[in-house]
Amino acid sequence: MVAVTAGDWFSTPENYVFLAIALPLVFAGWRVVTSSNVVHAVLYLVGALGGSAALFLLLGAEFVAWAVVLVYIGAVVVLFLFGIMITRAPIGVEVELSHPLRVRISAALVSGALFVLIAIAALTAFGSESIPEAEVTRTADIGQSIFERFVIPFEVVSVVLLAALVGGIVIARRDPSPEEIAAGKETL
Amino acid sequence: MIITQFVILGAALFALGVYGVLSRRNAVLVLLSVELMLAAVNINLVAFDAFVADRIAGGQIFALFIIAVAAAEVGIGLAIVLLIFRNRRSANVDELDLLKL
Repeated sequence: MVAVTAGDWFSTPENYVFLAIALPLVFAGWRVVTSSNVVHAVLYLVGALGGSAALFLLLGAEFVAWAVVLVYIGAVVVLFLFGIMITRAPIGVEVELSHPLRVRISAALVSGALFVLIAIAALTAFGSESIPEAEVTRTADIGQSIFERFVIPFEVVSVVLLAALVGGIVIARRDPSPEEIAAGKETL
Repeated sequence: MIITQFVILGAALFALGVYGVLSRRNAVLVLLSVELMLAAVNINLVAFDAFVADRIAGGQIFALFIIAVAAAEVGIGLAIVLLIFRNRRSANVDELDLLKL
């Protein structure tokens, strides 16, 4: 196993920026999975995703960072809030949101083992290899790359989105009952 | 910055997501935990993209693809949860035991 010296983790100012982002990020993630209030959990997810967007900025991936802000924080979180309101998930303090303690302990063991496994693998494989000085990726380069090298996956993703859109409408739409059809009230 | 920091942060977020999926009872909150896992994967992809200084920015582009697929997944997932709630008056995953005798 490669010895990791403390200097590599704390030597540059960027490391402190990383820590200033990463610690609130992990805290927000922790609150997402433990909060006893549904709306608070969603709002902590906003914090976690905002932290990941800040990390992307730190790594010079500006377009991905703003895509996360727009798509995740702007659209997905709003969709989640809609889902919570519509399914009348218990809003307010509610202890029944999680499984009983026995299940939670098993889940904590599984996820803790997973974390330790990945952490040991990362330390063994990469040790303290540093990321080269991040230069900001230009959005024009990303567009060039998408439409040249990754054009097939890009088209596939667009079809997936269209299929999901149609599928979501078909699944969530309420079918009219036979009486409503007989009465001519087939509207949604 | 060293790559291990980002990988360990990603692992922590992913483990939190796994914990949420296994321990949450409400289906909407299970989907929320899945989003956390996807965010962890995105952090790894962008970090490795910067690590290898990819000329065609493959890691960033696949992070964008994951964002798009996550949006689709949330749309479909919430539609299914909505349908289950309409039919069973409940969105708790442990009460969906129709397949159990």
